[in-house]
Amino acid sequence: MKRIILLLICMFSCSSVLAEDIVKDPLGSVQWNDMYNAFLSDHPAKFDDKIRVYAPDFAEDPMNVPISIDATQLTGVKAMVIFADFNPIPLIAKYYPKKAKATLSLRFKIQQASPVRVAVLADDDIWHIGGVWVNSSGGGCTVASTGRLAGDWADYLGDTYGKRWSNAKSNRVRFLIHHPMDTGLVSGIPNFYIEELDFVNADGEELAHIKLYEPINENPVLSFDFIGNNLASTILMRGEDNNGNEFEAEFVK
Amino acid sequence: MKSLKIIVIGLVFTLLFSLVANASKFDYQLKPLKVADSTYVFVGKTEDFTFENGGNIVNTGFIVTSAGVVVIDSGPSLRYGQQMKAAIKAVTKLPIKAVLLTHHHPDHFLGNQAFEGTDILALASTVKNIKVEGAGFADNLYVMVGDWMRGTDVVEPTKTLAPGFLVIGEHKLEILSYSGHTSGDMAILDHNTGVLFSGDLIFHKRTLTTPHADINIWLSSIKSLSKLSFNVLVPGHGAVSHNKKALTEMVEYLTWLDVTFKKAASNGLSMNEAMQIKLPTKFNSNALLKQEFSRSVIHLFPSYESEVFKRLN
Repeated sequence: MKRIILLLICMFSCSSVLAEDIVKDPLGSVQWNDMYNAFLSDHPAKFDDKIRVYAPDFAEDPMNVPISIDATQLTGVKAMVIFADFNPIPLIAKYYPKKAKATLSLRFKIQQASPVRVAVLADDDIWHIGGVWVNSSGGGCTVASTGRLAGDWADYLGDTYGKRWSNAKSNRVRFLIHHPMDTGLVSGIPNFYIEELDFVNADGEELAHIKLYEPINENPVLSFDFIGNNLASTILMRGEDNNGNEFEAEFVK
Repeated sequence: MKSLKIIVIGLVFTLLFSLVANASKFDYQLKPLKVADSTYVFVGKTEDFTFENGGNIVNTGFIVTSAGVVVIDSGPSLRYGQQMKAAIKAVTKLPIKAVLLTHHHPDHFLGNQAFEGTDILALASTVKNIKVEGAGFADNLYVMVGDWMRGTDVVEPTKTLAPGFLVIGEHKLEILSYSGHTSGDMAILDHNTGVLFSGDLIFHKRTLTTPHADINIWLSSIKSLSKLSFNVLVPGHGAVSHNKKALTEMVEYLTWLDVTFKKAASNGLSMNEAMQIKLPTKFNSNALLKQEFSRSVIHLFPSYESEVFKRLN
């Protein structure tokens, strides 16, 4: 009998440990456990003030919410996962800096007020998580893109505009790619979005890889800070959307 | 100790109840401020839209002429328009002759419904903008101020007004057509009293807003306004004043915005990095500085980026 009770106690305590395995969410979102299980369950997670996430409190334009991430206080950053708990498609981007700073800026569509989070996998194999609440009057994901409305998106598809800023330690690259980035949530318009971008230098050295998802804004604008062994080298971008269209651009010093 | 607790709880409840009671009356507390002979202004708060202020963040006004009352802008909601009408009635028994709309932003025209049956006049560009964007604005305001908006629908202007002189009763009103804050900004100069209703071309001690702005056009509009001679300036937002200082301050801020965004874009800053830029202390006396600056980054920065970005493929 005693053994059974002990066993029961053990079972209860074990199960309570399991339930608390997922750390409590400082942003108080009911979706947090689901988000952890969906995107981060391969490693333990902790909330960490060292992850600086910048986004406006209110989504002035729900189709274009700017977010900037600075995780340079961590070492050996391998991956960043960016998601918004209450978006109909929560996942925004997955970034894999290789020879790049642990920084990133982009814009995305928000459907309603939501925590916007960045999980950063560092050399300790723990997801370090930062985030902010972005308030919104809503509707960013279920409105047709302006390119769709105007009907001229195909004329500009893949046209890339941008610039490179070089200094002694890194190269900042900012650019805009023309693409409707359709979420698939507007009736009659299937999802159509840039899925990935790769960055290499002229020596073939891999600088970074990023996967983008439907919530990224129409005509995405992104910023990266690349390092690498040859800072003077031309930087090449190659990308592809989910319909097999390929994109290329060169950032010359 | 226990009785103290009860008193405190009682006080909290009374306070809460009085707040609820006040809000439930949806009373904008509109009190006409006489700014010149036969000319009155309802001065709004220099705040953003909230559930507390119900959107009373705008200046509206009226001129009493012998031929009837000329109303300038109708406010953010049906209730505002109705309360405005009642407040006007307390000043004069004369009927309302016309409503003039300075531009198409929701806090300036969503009270139109209360004035149905009277001529509602606006510039052609404003008429078009209300047609295109009016309904979206109304939806947005419901989200931002809640039940104050109950029953509010978009009522479009009934007539297009061309720039020039509009004579109503003995008042000779000069209708001035500008743009920059939006694509159609009307200013009204009353040649009898020297009162200038600038609409949102001028914000006074309240940071300007830019959702439809073009800085360069706006600057040239203000330059042209500054050549007018007026005694009283009624801005779209902020306190009524009697000189051209508000115009100078607008020029300073708009010029600073332009230079700052140009520099930020050419230095490769992202939007959020631009939002972190330190704001000059000389603008601190303008309400909502930090907040409106951030909003302006969202509205205007993409066009500055596109000036810097070059075609790469």
